Amino acid sequence: MNNKTLKKYFPIFVLPTLIAFIIAFVIPFFMGIYLSFCKFTTITDAEWVGVKNYIYIFKQDEVFFMAMKRTVKFTILSVIIINLGAFALALLLTKKLHGTNIFRTIFFMPNLIGGIVLGYIWKETLDTITRKLFGYAFTYSGKNYGFWGLLVVVTWQLMGYMMIIYIAGIQNIPEDVVEAARIDGATPAQILFKITIPLVMPSITICLFLTMSNSFKLYDQNYALNGNSKDTRLLALDIYETIFGGNSSTYSEGRGQAKAVIFFLIVALITFVQLRLTRSKEVES
Amino acid sequence: MNDNEREQIEKLKAEESQYEGKREVGEIVEKRFGARASKLIADSVAVIILTLLAVAFMIPIAAVVMNSFKTKSALPAGKGKAFELINKDTYNGLNNYKDGMKAVGMTSAIKNSFLITIIAVIVLIFLTSMTAWYLVRVKTKMTSVIYYGFVFSMIVPFQMVMCSMSLLSYNLGLATIEGLVLLYVGFGAGMCVFMFSGFVKSIPLEIEEAAMIDGCNPIQTYFRVVLPMLKPIMVTVAILETMWIWNDYLLPKLTLPTDIKTIPIAIEACTGSHGVTEIGWLMAMLVIAIIPIVIFYLACQKHIIRGVAAGAVKG
Repeated sequence: MNNKTLKKYFPIFVLPTLIAFIIAFVIPFFMGIYLSFCKFTTITDAEWVGVKNYIYIFKQDEVFFMAMKRTVKFTILSVIIINLGAFALALLLTKKLHGTNIFRTIFFMPNLIGGIVLGYIWKETLDTITRKLFGYAFTYSGKNYGFWGLLVVVTWQLMGYMMIIYIAGIQNIPEDVVEAARIDGATPAQILFKITIPLVMPSITICLFLTMSNSFKLYDQNYALNGNSKDTRLLALDIYETIFGGNSSTYSEGRGQAKAVIFFLIVALITFVQLRLTRSKEVES
Repeated sequence: MNDNEREQIEKLKAEESQYEGKREVGEIVEKRFGARASKLIADSVAVIILTLLAVAFMIPIAAVVMNSFKTKSALPAGKGKAFELINKDTYNGLNNYKDGMKAVGMTSAIKNSFLITIIAVIVLIFLTSMTAWYLVRVKTKMTSVIYYGFVFSMIVPFQMVMCSMSLLSYNLGLATIEGLVLLYVGFGAGMCVFMFSGFVKSIPLEIEEAAMIDGCNPIQTYFRVVLPMLKPIMVTVAILETMWIWNDYLLPKLTLPTDIKTIPIAIEACTGSHGVTEIGWLMAMLVIAIIPIVIFYLACQKHIIRGVAAGAVKG
């Protein structure tokens, strides 16, 4: 009975959200798929060209593949560095040291600052450092400083976020388990590898995938730090530049949208793997 | 065993335990002092490392604050002078702040950012929590299709829809602040509905049924019974959405006309939009951009940290 009366209230409870959702997501999503098979500059002049955009990307678009390689390299490095750093910080900050709260506050803060602001905060600092150390500007295209600088900035930003998740995971470990191990004579290393790490495995999975998807989809920091240079572009920035950066006579919009579809498929695949992994873990425990 | 023997045995035991006690105490003292000393050393080393790291973490922000007070000649573009300490000659007072704010329209950008974030977050939470409750409580084919639609949208990166979204919003006349709020509600709905649904599922049905039997219609039931129970998850969702919308750069960049700026767009305008990067202005505007975030963070740090941990587990 509850169900039947409530059912009639669809227009009040669901419809407003649904309309916004359809305008902002559903239509653009399907239109995006359609447009990736078109040559267009606006909605009205779209002209069907079949898989031409995709063929062009796979056969001739080197910038895209360089960006793809760079993104994969960047993602792998940032996942490793950020998670090792964050886990180490979380271990230190769950030891009830003096000033734990202040440290936590400081390490987490960069997360709240948006990518664009973050990028510009670092740009001058990094420029000063590379000029002092190597004598070149940070954005000098002959060297790879831009890439490594981006890694520093993203580590600085995301480490605190992952640290919070690891801290929550470590604090959830029942104290008597650790105590029992200590009484039985386990060394700190044994406690870490045999107790702490296995018990925070769910947090580790979450953090690995969060860093992965954040690094893979990175745009703001990449743009603010490195500008739109072809030497430092990650995928998201390359997609943006292909769609909006070209002049309209080359009809690069369609190719950019096709890149976006490929990008979406990769992200969907990563998410699918993640879901499968977390699901199977849940069954085990 | 007679009493004599028993006495002797007890005597022996007492003696033994006395010795043992002494030996144990000695060992404990030794162990404790040793362990304490080594723990003290380890802890101090940890605190020192953490302090150094925290200082390193703050250096870029400190450099920005310092440089925001330097004169233009002390900050030549691309010469790498960010770490040179400020002195009497290079001190510029609040001029960078005054000139920068005027040049990039920071006052209206701050107003716009506040307006967009507050309205979008309130509308988003108000609407999506209602939707989530309905979708959980009414089980039909349609509601599950809608629910999975929302969940699906969470895995779609913005780049996939940004081109058609910007074309569409232009054609529909959504290139205004109101239009942007609508887009935020639509694009953010997926995660909000997902998080609220998870919470609604844990609320026992009996309370709502009792309210219904007492004569509440669904709207009364929702606002008087369900909504108050949703408060904790509402705080979490509000914080996550505030962080997203306040910092978002691409969506307003793509949809708003160039004369309506948000803070990230105004920041970008300090760099090279007229061919020259005004680093002093940029630094001053960065400081202004960080201040609201720091205040927000210090004011609701507990909620933010809890929200982040909770949001990560769900998302």
